[in-house]
Amino acid sequence: MTSTPATLRAAFGERNFKYLLVGPAIFVLLLIGVFPLVYLLIVSFQGITMTETSTDFIGADNYRQLFDDARLWQSLLHTVVITAIALPIELALGLAMAQLFLDRIPGRPIFIALLVLPVVISPIVSGATWALMFNHRFGPINQIVGWIAGKETILLWTINPNLVYPAIIAAEVWQWTPFMFLLLLAALAGVDKSQLEAAAIDGAGWWRTFYRIVLPAITPVMTIAVLIRGLDLFRLFDIVWALTKGGPGTMTETVSIFTYVKGFQQFETSYTAAVALLVVVLLSAVVMILLRRVELAR
Amino acid sequence: MMTLGQRRALRLGLRLAAAIALTLLFMFPIYWLFMISFKTPDEIYAFPPKWYPGQLNFDNYAVLFKDGDATTVGNSLIVAFFSTALAMFLGSICAYSLARFQTGGQHLANWIVSQRMIPPIAVVFPIFLLYVWFGLVDTYIGVILLYTAFNLPYVIWMMRGYILDVPQALEESALVDGCTRWQVIWKVVLPMCRAGLVATSIFTFVFAWNDFIFALVLTRTEVATYTVQITHYFGGQSNFWAKISAMSVLGTLPIFVVTAFMQRYFVRGISLGAVKG
Repeated sequence: MTSTPATLRAAFGERNFKYLLVGPAIFVLLLIGVFPLVYLLIVSFQGITMTETSTDFIGADNYRQLFDDARLWQSLLHTVVITAIALPIELALGLAMAQLFLDRIPGRPIFIALLVLPVVISPIVSGATWALMFNHRFGPINQIVGWIAGKETILLWTINPNLVYPAIIAAEVWQWTPFMFLLLLAALAGVDKSQLEAAAIDGAGWWRTFYRIVLPAITPVMTIAVLIRGLDLFRLFDIVWALTKGGPGTMTETVSIFTYVKGFQQFETSYTAAVALLVVVLLSAVVMILLRRVELAR
Repeated sequence: MMTLGQRRALRLGLRLAAAIALTLLFMFPIYWLFMISFKTPDEIYAFPPKWYPGQLNFDNYAVLFKDGDATTVGNSLIVAFFSTALAMFLGSICAYSLARFQTGGQHLANWIVSQRMIPPIAVVFPIFLLYVWFGLVDTYIGVILLYTAFNLPYVIWMMRGYILDVPQALEESALVDGCTRWQVIWKVVLPMCRAGLVATSIFTFVFAWNDFIFALVLTRTEVATYTVQITHYFGGQSNFWAKISAMSVLGTLPIFVVTAFMQRYFVRGISLGAVKG
């Protein structure tokens, strides 16, 4: 294993060796990450559809179409709505759970090991699991609702326009609250104990201590957690796909599902390219902020 | 009036009760999924639903193996394993260069991690068009290549962090002793961050194993993964719940086992290295 790189190293010298190590990875990233984006840009200025295979350039028509496409902006709105509701719930619930498990409690490692499980499940599986839970005929949720209501209740969780969002958000919150919980637990454990003791001596109440000392201390981690989850939610696909496939109609269509439907079911190739690029641009801003935060926390 | 000791015991009791309730709440859907997979079809469609199966019935699993559906789990294993191996190799040496020589400076490091953030749907669409051109749709190579590229930024980013934790003095003494840089990487640095390597490989593996959208677009029948197979059981009118649940368990159980061994590195792994846990 050593001979070839050693010879190469001799040929290139230490100065170039570092580039040799980076080279293959960068090549793969350029090939699969950047080249496709360039290709997207080209295709987005063409007029390819299911019936039209000509690759002539038609200018910015596809981009003009973006602005008039109500379904696209609605799918963006759906994505934002799900994010705006699910993310605060995950954060609040995760923080409360982290507070609960911060101090010693019998069986703590076992509780944590179990609570982590939803995070590692494939989102498509957790979508399927919640489709089972929410099944209107033999799902346990309608059964429980029936017990509370005192009579047999059939709620169509994945079909009724008023219930699909709660169903999707429940699945999303279930899978990712443990993510928030773990990160915030680590953050809370890292809060300076001497400051907490000093606050206790000064007679500061729980809320005041939390607001003045704990919250500022955990804000960096909280920001990163929110940004990572925000990015994931923006790309939301699997859970919704398993629960509703974007339905009823297009009521729960997220941007990712919309893009998929346009590209792979309606075959509006060039228009989909424009949509995909729009998604990349919209996301880049969030990515920039996240990068700076992760680097600062390091 | 309660004594201080009694108040403490009460507080602990309440916290313990809350902890148990929360854990049961979060475990319930997983229990339900596993439980359904052991029910007979009659039991699954019974109303009101029973919260436990009449008996442990493995027929739902037997059907998956008999019909050959279980090969999709094998496909998941193949693509996840080879893409992880490839990403770990390419990513680790790249990470070493970034960590020790600051190759490309902060810009290159940031660019690499930003590659990870691109929405999958935006990448997979042009990739699909290119794969059609090159005949790579529904091939192992095509899927492995995409997973490798998708996971590379994560591996580089994480391994860069772990390598930065290795004291540089160790490397210098190895260099003085006549090791080449290449030997230093393989015999000093990577063994020193063995735990980081293992944790990062497991995460990389899980990302590939759990992926749905890439596999949905790039596979048809030959290399369909278990996540894609699950969605094939969703019918227009009725879903094949027995198969959905059994296949889900087949895909989920290995992940539970593997991640149980890496609790210590979990927080660092899911927070992109920002929280050391």
